[in-house]
Amino acid sequence: MALANDTEGARKRAPLPRWLTTTLKTIGSIAVTMLGLMFITFIIGRVMPIDPVLAIVGERASKSTYDAVYFQLGLDKPLIVQFMYYLRDVAHGDFGISLLNGHQVSDDIRRVFPATLELASLGVIFGVVLGVPLGVVAAVRKGSWIDQLARVVALIGYSMPIFWLGLMGLLIFYGMLGWVGGPGRVSIFYEDIVPRVTGMILIDSILDRNWTVLKDAFSHIVLPASLLGYYSLAYISRMTRSFMLEQMNAEYITTARVKGMSEWDVIWKHAFRNIRVQLITVIALSYAGLLEGSVLTEIIFSWPGIGSYITTALLSADMNAVLGGTVVVGLVFVLLNVFSDLLYKVFDPRAR
Amino acid sequence: METLLDIKDLWVRFPSRHGVFDAVRGVSFTLGRERLGIVGESGSGKSMTGRAILRLIRPPGIVEATQINLEGVDLLKKTEKQMRDVRGKRISMVMQDPKFSLNPVMRIGDQIMEAYRLHNSVGKAEAYAKSLEMLEAVSIRDAERVMRAYPHEMSGGMGQRIMIAMMLIPNPEIMIADEPTSALDVSVQRQVLDIMDKLVKERGMGLIFISHDLNLVADFCDRVLIMYAGRVVEVCEAARLHEAKHPYTRGLLNSLPRLDAPRDRLEVLQRDPEWAEAPSVSGRVA
Amino acid sequence: MTEQTLRQWLLTDTPTSRRHAKLSAIYQGWLSFRGNTMAMIGLWILIALVAIAAFAPFISPHDPFVQDLGNRLGPLGTEGHILGTDSLGRDILSRLIYGSRITLYIVALVALIAPIAGLLVGTVSGYVGGWLDAVLMRITDIFLAFPRLVLALAFVAALGAGIENAVLAISLTAWPPYARIARAETLTIRSSDFISAIQLQGAGPMRIIIRHIWPLCISSLIVRVTLDMAGIILAAAGLGFLGLGAQPPSPEWGAMISEGRRFILDHWWVAAMPGLAIFTVSLAFNLLGDGLRDVLDPKAGE
Repeated sequence: MALANDTEGARKRAPLPRWLTTTLKTIGSIAVTMLGLMFITFIIGRVMPIDPVLAIVGERASKSTYDAVYFQLGLDKPLIVQFMYYLRDVAHGDFGISLLNGHQVSDDIRRVFPATLELASLGVIFGVVLGVPLGVVAAVRKGSWIDQLARVVALIGYSMPIFWLGLMGLLIFYGMLGWVGGPGRVSIFYEDIVPRVTGMILIDSILDRNWTVLKDAFSHIVLPASLLGYYSLAYISRMTRSFMLEQMNAEYITTARVKGMSEWDVIWKHAFRNIRVQLITVIALSYAGLLEGSVLTEIIFSWPGIGSYITTALLSADMNAVLGGTVVVGLVFVLLNVFSDLLYKVFDPRAR
Repeated sequence: METLLDIKDLWVRFPSRHGVFDAVRGVSFTLGRERLGIVGESGSGKSMTGRAILRLIRPPGIVEATQINLEGVDLLKKTEKQMRDVRGKRISMVMQDPKFSLNPVMRIGDQIMEAYRLHNSVGKAEAYAKSLEMLEAVSIRDAERVMRAYPHEMSGGMGQRIMIAMMLIPNPEIMIADEPTSALDVSVQRQVLDIMDKLVKERGMGLIFISHDLNLVADFCDRVLIMYAGRVVEVCEAARLHEAKHPYTRGLLNSLPRLDAPRDRLEVLQRDPEWAEAPSVSGRVA
Repeated sequence: MTEQTLRQWLLTDTPTSRRHAKLSAIYQGWLSFRGNTMAMIGLWILIALVAIAAFAPFISPHDPFVQDLGNRLGPLGTEGHILGTDSLGRDILSRLIYGSRITLYIVALVALIAPIAGLLVGTVSGYVGGWLDAVLMRITDIFLAFPRLVLALAFVAALGAGIENAVLAISLTAWPPYARIARAETLTIRSSDFISAIQLQGAGPMRIIIRHIWPLCISSLIVRVTLDMAGIILAAAGLGFLGLGAQPPSPEWGAMISEGRRFILDHWWVAAMPGLAIFTVSLAFNLLGDGLRDVLDPKAGE
């Protein structure tokens, strides 16, 4: 907003419409990053010591069948042309056919992705709900027992192998105490009962008003989600604390106190408002981290998500599935980054 | 003269690894409906004195005093909750740099209205009108637009006038101005000072003006306390500052260039370690 | 002047030579590091780990590979097997002791490869600038945009399972942050006066980067590497757990957990013990890293 009405003069605006250059830059950066991502996956696919033709036609195929498939896959073309084909296919959402089960990889991913999304989302909600207040209190009461507690919680989170913690969690809360459901998304006799709408069982069962399934699904998701949540809590609380410490020393905090504000309002209405933007980035990052962390968690809990999918494909050398899964996870990462950048611009008046 | 604030033997201490550091050491003074200047170099404890009055020194810092009486009531005996009714409403403070003392992510209007509504239970509309009025009182044209703007869109001079408006809107009796013009361009310093002076006079407030600028204080204030190493070394009428006796004040005066008595070489301040040891001079007017 | 003690010599305010000043700075850093109890605990754990790895044949009570099927899945405190035995009757404690060698091997290799690669890319990028900088940083960004573990998985899938390939895959995903740090440091150093002075003396870019910029980037890289160690250990253990790292019968800790997973409900210690080992070591690295950061890079701390 130009305020050039005062004798002292206000700040001038850039001559070009900023939103246009910003949008172009964002789109350009997504495009380049995605291109790089595809290039890396493409190279990985090439390096793979498995013959893709053999994998399709089998060991006993005739020479002519082999050649037909060889040409059909475009393997006679130069690498750069093959890369172009690959780009074209991926742009159409075509990741090829899974060598393991003969499905389209894109269909498989569409089927497994909601399970991961559900798990990671619940985890990040857990991490934010507990981690942000913990970080704020740790900063405000620096050096107190709660600050020490936050430090220990974070240290353990940074040092514990997630798959091991998952195993121990299963052992204690499922095996010994029986408080939660075991591996899988729902108990076996509840499978495929609620119609699939979003692919997220908690939401689907609510839509179907099937409270029994909802309860069962919840008892299965609560442990893996809390474990993932613990990891994001460790990270979020640590970052929140350091952001808050920085703000609490700022002069405008003194101003708020001079006004006669209660300490609670000083913290939440003034200091916290200033870290919202940074916090969004941290939450987006930790969300992305959880999508990744779910790879190992999903194995432990037999969770049919993208992590399990990639790992299973990997162990059976199903390269199309591995690369397809990698590209999708990479895309989610990139989009999350862009999304947090956009929110940055919404919440910080200085970035507009 | 009526006494608004009466401070006796104020100490501010900071425990550190190398023992306790005394930032303010036994300062006493009174404030009436006048402009009292506190002058000293950085680290002399002048800002700490201002903040200690509002009890803004955070732990591990410790504030001790025989009394900090605001119209007969000791502020040190108040609870934190009672203190909140003093801050802003009765004593308020303008700080050095509006770039840092205004919240960067809140609209200016919201920050001013908040200051008013903390001490007056009124609706938004009334607070808005009151804020506009206050902005106009600090000579801001186009106040409606400024209300919608964010601090980073303002110049330093405007920012400081906004700060003054925000601090005066609950109509306090005492204002502490902590180096209010040091961060501003020389060209707008006078303008900001004049606005502040006018408002303080009109409302019959007491002003504590903290500065490192001896000439400015001599010009602007009625009475001056000179602080050195956490204590008051001299108290005098601003008009008679040039008759000051303490060697520190004399040294400061002599190290400033004067247009009416030009000299080839300015004196360099010679410090005597004894100044820091001797007890504080009282600035109390009984 | 009378005879100086070594301590006084190290704590002097007026060093007599460059080496004296450097030693004095190191000693003072050590003093402040030593005051940090948690960091010292981390350091002692790691010293113990190195000692255990070095003397593994002497301290391990059994051969880590010898099977004893008659004595399989023995619980904690079994006669002669304090930490019990695994599904093939091998002594878990001995396997843990030998496993420390693998952990150290992985950590050392990654800690060598990734920061050096990052240092190269970052300093060249920062010093040369221009389009090379733009391209290199773009590549770095692309790697950073990738989920690390998933990328490592894909790499291992392409290269084949095995401990060396796991190291390579982790290094390939770990270098970008180092490149970022090295570049940032280079940018500040490049514009300083002493670099101009060296340039005026006729030093070429190679010499400036290697002799003058690298040494100054080291301390921030060391801090970052130490803090990353825990992540490296966890990633390596994760790959091992998935069966993509060290292959059986190697006593790699992650692979041991994976093996114990099958018996988790009835014989929990088979999986629990290696997990505790991983946790202890990565905790030690985190504690050490925090302490080092406070000494070497106080501004980045709290």
